[in-house]
Amino acid sequence: MRKGIIGRKLGMTQVFTEDGRCVPVTVLQAGPCVVIQKKMKETDGYEAIQVGFEPIPEHRVNRPLRGHFARAKVAPFRHIRELRVDNIGDYQVGQELRVDLFRPGELVDVTGITRGRGFAGGIKRHGFRRGPMAHGSKYHRRPGALAAKGPARVFKGRRLPGRLGGEQVTIQNLEVVRVDPERNLLLLKGSVPGVRRSLVTIRSAIKA
Amino acid sequence: MDLMTGVQREQMRSDIPSFQPGDTVRVYVKVIEGGRERTQVFEGTVLRRRGRGNSETFTVRRVSYGVGVERTFPLHSPRLERIEIVREGRVRRAKLYYLREKVGKAARVREKERAKE
Repeated sequence: MRKGIIGRKLGMTQVFTEDGRCVPVTVLQAGPCVVIQKKMKETDGYEAIQVGFEPIPEHRVNRPLRGHFARAKVAPFRHIRELRVDNIGDYQVGQELRVDLFRPGELVDVTGITRGRGFAGGIKRHGFRRGPMAHGSKYHRRPGALAAKGPARVFKGRRLPGRLGGEQVTIQNLEVVRVDPERNLLLLKGSVPGVRRSLVTIRSAIKA
Repeated sequence: MDLMTGVQREQMRSDIPSFQPGDTVRVYVKVIEGGRERTQVFEGTVLRRRGRGNSETFTVRRVSYGVGVERTFPLHSPRLERIEIVREGRVRRAKLYYLREKVGKAARVREKERAKE
């Protein structure tokens, strides 16, 4: 079943399982999210639910959005995202989504914006090997030769230094280790894209 | 309280006695062997403590049959049954890596002087 929730990455730590193993986890604050709108096949050409996350005071919302929230009769939210779900008939506008959607042991995909690393060299960006740093070597971290001499040009797609990170990435098949409905926490095994406090979308795994 | 520290706090054990590098401790570890659980004892000198919160670990060194053995335990692991402090040592640094190079008598740690009663 396809389901999802919006959350925030809080950071990483480790937890002990019942049998005493130590598992690395990412702690996410997920939801509560409220359904604001249902995108319909007839009117929008596709089916999805639009959900809001993190309430904000009314005066922080601009007029157009205020109207949008008022129409759904929900309080304003800081973030709005769309989620493709199996059957939008299961959802009503104003319905609340909470972490207890997920159970420990389930697999999820997490989408987020990775840490922006700025203009990065070939070694960091593409895993190039570097030259010797000493012993008279003057070739340290450069990209090396770009191509053969024949074509007299550089082919498109040549891996070179440039902007790294700050892009949307989805990590698939992360195991739900723990769900804490009281504090809206979700503990996933492994890492999740983005810096602390960054917004992430958690969806049930498509390849599970 | 910050949610992150909250998650870490509830992992932590409150029944751990306070001990320091240089102390001699006896660690009772639960091991699962052939589907059956039993307790193993590891006694030695604490070489170091590292990390904080629920991820703190400590390393214990002992010399058994002439071979130095070091084991690192997560301090808050549920697999630790209990930790017993055998002797408190007087040391002047936090990481006692120098003990690895010492053999026999030189590898001892001076005992902490107790306050007069």
